[in-house]
Amino acid sequence: MSETTPLVLTGRGLDKRYGHVLAMDGADFELAAGEILAVVGDNGAGKSTLIKSLTGAVVPDAGTIVLDGEEVRFRSPLDARRAGIETVYQELAVAPALDVTQNLYLGREHRMPGVMGTVLRRLDKKRMRQEAADHMADLGIRIQSVRQAVENLSGGQRQAVAVARAAAWGRRVVVMDEPTAALGVRETNQVLDLIQRVRDQGLPVVLISHNIPNVFQVADRIHIHRLGRRAALVRPGTTSMSEVVAVMTGATEASELESAVTDPVLTAAAATAPDAPPTWKDRSA
Amino acid sequence: MNESLVPVAAGDARRGGLAPQRALPERVADLVRSAMSRQLAGPLAALAVAVVAFSLTTDTFLNPANVSLVLQQSVVIGTLALGQTLIILTAGIDLSAGAIMVLGTVLIARLAGEGNVLVAVLIGFLGCALMGAVNGLVVARWNLPPFIVTLGTLTVIAAATRLYTSSASYPVTSDVLRLLGSGPVVGGAKITYGTMLWLLLALALGYALTQTAWGTRVYAVGDSPHAARLTGIKVSRVLFSVYLVAGLIYAVAALAALGRTPIGDPSGYQTANLDTITAVVIGGTSLFGGRGGVAGTVVGALIVSVLQNGLTQAGIDSLYQQVAVGVLVIAAVGFDQLVRRRNKS
Repeated sequence: MSETTPLVLTGRGLDKRYGHVLAMDGADFELAAGEILAVVGDNGAGKSTLIKSLTGAVVPDAGTIVLDGEEVRFRSPLDARRAGIETVYQELAVAPALDVTQNLYLGREHRMPGVMGTVLRRLDKKRMRQEAADHMADLGIRIQSVRQAVENLSGGQRQAVAVARAAAWGRRVVVMDEPTAALGVRETNQVLDLIQRVRDQGLPVVLISHNIPNVFQVADRIHIHRLGRRAALVRPGTTSMSEVVAVMTGATEASELESAVTDPVLTAAAATAPDAPPTWKDRSA
Repeated sequence: MNESLVPVAAGDARRGGLAPQRALPERVADLVRSAMSRQLAGPLAALAVAVVAFSLTTDTFLNPANVSLVLQQSVVIGTLALGQTLIILTAGIDLSAGAIMVLGTVLIARLAGEGNVLVAVLIGFLGCALMGAVNGLVVARWNLPPFIVTLGTLTVIAAATRLYTSSASYPVTSDVLRLLGSGPVVGGAKITYGTMLWLLLALALGYALTQTAWGTRVYAVGDSPHAARLTGIKVSRVLFSVYLVAGLIYAVAALAALGRTPIGDPSGYQTANLDTITAVVIGGTSLFGGRGGVAGTVVGALIVSVLQNGLTQAGIDSLYQQVAVGVLVIAAVGFDQLVRRRNKS
């Protein structure tokens, strides 16, 4: 990541209060172009409130969210999706009896051109199957056929279908909420590989995970959440797993970490955005 | 939405060319495969076995006149069952299907006797659509279980129908309304317009379910409402549309019923509610939603009338016919469970 890497999604001073509980207390967040940003934190740290406010499921009480240089206010998950932020959920959010193509296109089907499409509203199944097969191949997901019912796939392949759907429709950001929590070791690795390929295609990824080794395996940077705010933003290369866990649990203050906060991307990127042209537009190049 | 699913490599050359047109045998193979995957094989085999068995054991079963009768006996329940199929595909159930149709028949019969036939038909359709909409609204908006909702509307509609008619029957005199009971004679067998309308309606509905986005969403909502919601599908809107369309189909069934038996009788078709569910289940549509289709339901309705007719021809008591249908229903549900379990593992 060079010093000119623009920020795709940022949150500043986000607050959310539920009665007497402060779920977010001046939380900051930033996601740079082309990176996998892991978000880690203990249970109750407020990770999920942060993520929900970035994907429209929660409306923060205060603070600003900026997407590609423009301030956004999401009222619902649909708003975030329209803005190009797709989410992959922990539970397998696929329809088992439908085939791979139908799942990839669910809610966004292509119709035939001409009268067949406009009047008879006929689906262009051929085009959808072709594009689905290409897309799966681009992401290196190996399945027999895109006409297979999803229920005949393994757990890892099913989650791969969900990730492929998000990658296909997410124009700016893909958020993955514990995507490997329900999977075994081998399948987890397959999905982690897939997440890296999504990143390599140019889509920045926010990965929420409890599994610190997994996070170190794929993340470019790690956002450590504690007590409703970002405690530190570190790189796996310069920070150890035990240090991350120490900050997560409060055993170590973030200021005691040499690698944290002084990260160059933070300041450099903050200075260039939002004037810098967002690179996500160039990812087809 | 016109966005491409593959924005990343949209300029890629291999997507520029047209895929070669597939050969006909391949398309036929596709059709067969999709029929199998929709679990049509079992019901079709059952129908074939029943037809062969009755053809061999009775002299009368394959008579053109009897074949015509079997078809006519299938039409009313078969048409009703098309609406029921839609609802069961969403993992719902409609216990009021028959009651809505009976309301339609008495509305049309009474109003046609008092005035214009077409106006009567129009009001009959509106009445059935309204009842479907009420079911849909309560199920979709208030998120109540369809079994209970339609059990309630069944009682209300049946009572309302009796109140409206003071429990009297209204005979149909209009030739227009008898039209669906008539039709051309092909090779000694009368093919009624009602039969044709039933099969045409099944084709249209099959098209809507398998070739349009609406159909995919109906399957998705029945298969996994949670996943459907997460992909942005408005589940309650899909559910509402299904109950509304079912109501309209019940109105067509009311017309078919008047064509077959030209009388609007508030106490007629008492077993129709459950008979439709029988036809749908025997046709291989899963009560758990998301699997099955109208082709199976057509076959299911035919199986029921072939069994009843054939056993009658063979001189077997009608109570045993009911036993046979009941056993078949349980066998069909058991088979469905087996398929679902196998797919889960």
